Parts: sequence; C-alpha cells; structure tokens
Amino acid sequence: MNSRTRRIAAAWPHLILLPLSIVMITPIIWLIAAALKSQTDFFEYLFFPTTENGWMIDFSRLTTQHITNLFGTAGMGRALANSCFLASTVAVLGSFCAAAGGYALARLRFKWAPFVTALVLGLLIIPPPLLLAPTYKLMFNLGLLDSYGAIIFPMIAPAFGVFLFRQATLQSVPRELIEAARVDGMGELTIFMNVALPLLRPMIGAFMIIMFLATWNNFIAPQVFLHSTDKMPLAVAVSRLRGVYYQDYGLQMAAALVSIAPPLLLFLLLQRDFVSGLTSGAVKG
Amino acid sequence: MARASVAEQRAAWILLSPFVLAAVVFFLYPLVESARLAMTQSFGANATRPVGMSNFSSVLTDPIFWIATQNTVILTAASLLVVLPMSLGLALLLNRPNLKCRALYRLVIFMPQMVGLVFAGFIATVFFAKDTGFVNQLLTQIPGVNTLLHNLFGFDVQFPWLDRHVLLTVFIINLWLWVGFNMVYFLAALQSVDKSLVEAATIDGAGPFQRFKNVTLPAIKSVTAFVFLLAFIGSMQLFELPYIMLNGDPPQNRGVTIVWYLYQQGFEIDDLGMASAVGWILGIVLIGAAFVQFASARHESREARL
Repeated sequence: MNSRTRRIAAAWPHLILLPLSIVMITPIIWLIAAALKSQTDFFEYLFFPTTENGWMIDFSRLTTQHITNLFGTAGMGRALANSCFLASTVAVLGSFCAAAGGYALARLRFKWAPFVTALVLGLLIIPPPLLLAPTYKLMFNLGLLDSYGAIIFPMIAPAFGVFLFRQATLQSVPRELIEAARVDGMGELTIFMNVALPLLRPMIGAFMIIMFLATWNNFIAPQVFLHSTDKMPLAVAVSRLRGVYYQDYGLQMAAALVSIAPPLLLFLLLQRDFVSGLTSGAVKG
Repeated sequence: MARASVAEQRAAWILLSPFVLAAVVFFLYPLVESARLAMTQSFGANATRPVGMSNFSSVLTDPIFWIATQNTVILTAASLLVVLPMSLGLALLLNRPNLKCRALYRLVIFMPQMVGLVFAGFIATVFFAKDTGFVNQLLTQIPGVNTLLHNLFGFDVQFPWLDRHVLLTVFIINLWLWVGFNMVYFLAALQSVDKSLVEAATIDGAGPFQRFKNVTLPAIKSVTAFVFLLAFIGSMQLFELPYIMLNGDPPQNRGVTIVWYLYQQGFEIDDLGMASAVGWILGIVLIGAAFVQFASARHESREARL
C-alpha cells in the first residue's frame, strides 16, 4: 500500500462522522431559517429562501418580523429577562455556596464531618420527582408559591455541587497551603476566600455554566410553583405560545431560537471548561 | 493530626450552613413529608385525610400507570441499548490517533445537549408535524420515497410522528440530545487509558477487537457504569419532552411517562397523596439502582486494592 492510499484508508471515520455531524446540526440550521422566514416562505423552502439559481440564500426575503412580534405583542422580553435573572442568580449563589460547603468538607476538621458527607451522598440519590408533591405543599405553607424563592432556595447549595467541589478541593487546594496561611495568622474564612477560592476557579466556572443551564432549561419547577404569567421564565412561557399563536410557526420558532441562543453562545465561548468540569467528577484526572 | 481548633469548627459550620439548611428544609423534610403524604388523600395543599396504603393499590391497579411504565421502560431500554453503544462507538472513532477535526466533531455532536428538553420538544412539534413538518417535507422531496413507503408500509410521507408514533419520535430526539453528552464522558475515559497497555497488547499480537475487549473496556469500566446509571436514572424520569411535544394532552395515553403520570395525579387531579405514592414507587426503583451501582463500584475498588 503506498502512502496515499493509506492516508485515504485512514480517513474512513470521516465517512461516519461527517454525515452524522450534518444530521446533528440540521435542526439548528432549520430553526434559524424558520425564525427568519416570512409566513409565505415558511413551507415554500426547506431551509432558507433561495435566489433564482437556487444556490444562494435570498437575504432580501428574510424578515425579522417574528422576532419583533416576539418582543412586542407576544411579550417574550419579560420571560427572557426572568430566565436571565433566575439562571444567573442560581448560578452565582449555587456555585459560591457549593464551593464553600465542598471546601469545608474536604479540608476543615469538625465533629460532624462524616455525617454531613453522608448527607451529601444521600441527597445525590434522591430522585427529584419524589419530592415534587411535598415540596409544593411546603412552598404553600412557607408562602413561597408564585415567588422566585420557590425556584432559587432549593438550588442554593446543591449536593451534586458540594460533592464536585469537595473532590476539586482535595485535588487542587493543598493542605500545606492552608496550614501556612494559618501560621501567617489568616482567619479561616479569609483563607477560604483568598486562598481556596482562587484555586477552585476552573471548577467554579464549569459549575456556574452547569447551574445556569439547569435553571434555564428547568420546566417542572416554574410550571408547578409559579402561577403569574409575568413571572414565568422562557421554558414555560415558550411552551404556552402554541395556545395563543396556534398557526404562527415563524413566531414559535423565533421564540425557540431566542431561548436556545444564550446557552449555545455560552457553550461555544466556554466549551473547554464546561466539558472538563462535566467529566471531572466521573473520570479521575 | 492536630486537634481541630474552635475557629476551624466554627468556620466549617458557617461555610456549610447554606447546604445544611437547604438540605434539611428542602430535601430531608419533604422526603419525610412525602412518606406521610403517600398515605393520605389530599385535595390541593390543604385538605388531607389518612387513607393508609390505598394510594399505592390505586396506582398499581390503574391501567394508565402501567401504560406509563411500559412507555418509560421502552424509552429507557432504547436509551441504554442504542444510545449508549452509539456514544461509545463515536467516542472510539474520535479517539483514533491523528483524526482531523476532532474538536469540531466533538463540538457539533455535543451541541444539541445545550438545547434542553423543553425547547427540543417545542421545536419538534413543528419539525415533525404531520402535514407541514420539515421531516415529512424532506421525505417528499426525495424522488420515489412517497410511492415506495406507500407500497411497503401503506402510509404516505405524512407520517404521524407525533400523533401515533410519539415514542419513536421521543427516542429520535433523545438520541439527538444525549449521544454527544455520553460520548464526551466515554471520550474523557478513553483518553485516560494508559497508551502503553494498548501498545503492549498490540506487540503481543492482539487484534483490534481483542484490544478493545481485554484492555480498553476494562479500563473504562467505572465510567461506563457511571454513564449507564446517569442514562438509566435520566430516562426513567423522562417528562418534559413528551409533555411538550403532545401539548400536555396525550392521545390515548400514548407517550405518557411515569413522571408525567405523577404530574397528572398531583397537579391536574390535585391529589398530592397519589403523586407521592407514584414518587415512592419510582424512587424505590431508582434508589435501588444507585445502591447496586455504589455497592459494585465499592466492591471493585476493594478488589483492585487487594
């Protein structure tokens, strides 16, 4: 076999990966087209409207009408703002509190440490649907129904995060460094803020994205715990569009595009940190 | 080891207080409460009366619960038997040395994960629509497909993806959403496999299949078990995808899953007691699976140490 045929033979994975990648990305391309096509072009073209020769996108036929309607008459601007607020609040608070808890479990000595560690592991295996009905009752009794507290408070320090940060601390915050800081007379909380947190920064970045996405895409909690239309995040608001804009597919798909754009952009910008954070709990580095 | 100082103990509690507080109020208390609720009949959050175990017998004798269980089990089996092997296969392809565009492929295959279940379901209602959806339109444009399908299966390209074959459609979307997610875990595991072991096996004359079976597979066993567990737990709790795709109204209970059934009981019929009973039935299965996984992982790590 000469080197050329060998090189071609070695390229066979592309015969699977390339078509697969095209299939994977097709719905997203279609979605972008669907959100920008006029009502008359919607079923006329599979993807974008094309020019006479059929090979170029006819940009003059694209419209931002759906997106304008979305933020105008459909009032999705409010839902977008709600989603942004909820997802970033949970991301920041949840990551900070999980980092604090994980650090304490990994590096501070206190009497109840084994009990709290068991609590973390125990919570990891409780399936969320089991708690849905009693949590509804609890939120009712606490007067938190239809308030953002019902969404934010349960996510304030997720066991999953405490566990990840415990592992991250064991790996990247050396005990000697903490001892040295103590000898220098630093207080315990200052050590966490000024010594441990900077070392945990990669995990904080990854976990913030995980929490942001989890809240952004969370449907069941706002659907059950919130009632007012003007408090709903995108996940619920978008799912209810079909009732009002029944046949307006352009508007519906524009809503979907606006809803998935922030997570996608976040992912494209930070994908390296995100993927390594995601797998760090499972694969020993 | 030096004795823990008072300052250290106090700092530990301060740092852990958000977690402990949230865990007790929003997890432990509801867990206990759900056991109590499961044995009451309730209408909304207020009126309850104790009914013993009758909620459990009502659930277990409700044919809709068994349809939901069947749907959930089918989707879970499909996810474990099709999606996971495909993810591993793709990870093996991406792990080949000197593969060009590896990062780009990984990016594109993982990307659907970012779309999220709700929005994927919402997009699917238009994408898979019977008369006007993209998939059926695409099928019509391929010459001959229309007549071929009509002659073979007796249906036109107006294939009822959502109305009649919702499980198949949920499976396709699940595949799209999760294949990259699982692949990323497998790929990370494969990249941590000791290359010298694989080389040694090659020198010893092991073929590619033997190398995979005897070297690679044992090395990624713990990650495989972890991904398996995640996929099992996730599929068993499937709700949003079919719920959104069918607009909350399943035709003849097609596409109802166990968590959807729980939601119907708790928040459409407003019986939190029934919802908690369903929650416990599902919960026992899932917690059992997690225990089996933990136990076998612990068993293995002990064996590895010996």
